Amino acid sequence: MTAVPTVLDERFRAAAAASGELDVAYDVLDDTPVGRLLVGVSERGLCRVGFDPEPEAELERLARHFGPRVLRSPNALDRVRRELDEYFAGGRHAFDLELDLRATPEFHRRVLAELNRVEYGHTTTYGALAAQVGAPRAARAVGTVMNRNPLPIVLPCHRVVGANGSLTGYGGGLDRKEWLLRLEGALL
Amino acid sequence: MVSGVPPFERFYESHKAEVLAFLRGRAGRDRADDLFQETFLRALRAYGRLEHGEHLRAWVLTIATNAVVDAARRERPTAELSVEPAGEDERPALEELAPLTDDLPPKERAAVVLRYGYDLDYDTIGAALGSNEQAARQAASAGVRRLRKEKEQR
Repeated sequence: MTAVPTVLDERFRAAAAASGELDVAYDVLDDTPVGRLLVGVSERGLCRVGFDPEPEAELERLARHFGPRVLRSPNALDRVRRELDEYFAGGRHAFDLELDLRATPEFHRRVLAELNRVEYGHTTTYGALAAQVGAPRAARAVGTVMNRNPLPIVLPCHRVVGANGSLTGYGGGLDRKEWLLRLEGALL
Repeated sequence: MVSGVPPFERFYESHKAEVLAFLRGRAGRDRADDLFQETFLRALRAYGRLEHGEHLRAWVLTIATNAVVDAARRERPTAELSVEPAGEDERPALEELAPLTDDLPPKERAAVVLRYGYDLDYDTIGAALGSNEQAARQAASAGVRRLRKEKEQR
């Protein structure tokens, strides 16, 4: 079978993103300090940050939520990659990216909007977030929202801890949560 | 599931090597590179309107065929065509055939163009369409019948 030359393959992927016809352009960042990350953007903004990406499942999920025209196109992720690099190097404390949360249910969006106000290096609790969205008894539901956060790191669910200060849980695993909190100086 | 239509990445990865080989065979190595991009950009534009994920192979090879035909048309306006000798690579039959087949259903169009434009045997066409020799023969003859009928109605 004819192998498609890399230059031809990359040229098509870039042209596809530039054509504006993609529902989602994604890339897999192989060597971040927290391991492999899948990142995806739609024409509206960042729509996915995934840990331990199993590409098959992730692509199906993106296609289901945003449309089937999902293609790996590294060029389209340049800005996201740069901001993440800066964040991991300790030089960036807030992301300056448009976010596409249209596939996220309304209650989740409200909680994530509150979460987005928790600043770099600070932490909050599930209960406090619940109270801020007017559902003080919904700490457990807030836990679920964190667990299903489509944009971890950028929407900083790692900054949410248990009422007693324990790390509790993290969709990407507690090691990563600990690493992120240490990076931000919230854990010593 | 989006009605069984796979993410474009899967579709592209599954078919890119074969499409490039197909284009190189039909249009030569140099032109194949541009046509490769053209083919998949056309596929991408239409992909959101697909209703199911069947026959994607035949579909993309049809798009590739159309891209070759359109490029040949662009490069050789009809005025020049008549004065040029029909060399081995000129494919005048294909250029005459292509506009006539515009209205055929995709599978029939592909079968007719591949058979009479490219002179491929039914075995190869069947493979290109993701079916078999007999189905390719039927699609081509259904296409030809349809063209005859259209011609009579004109």
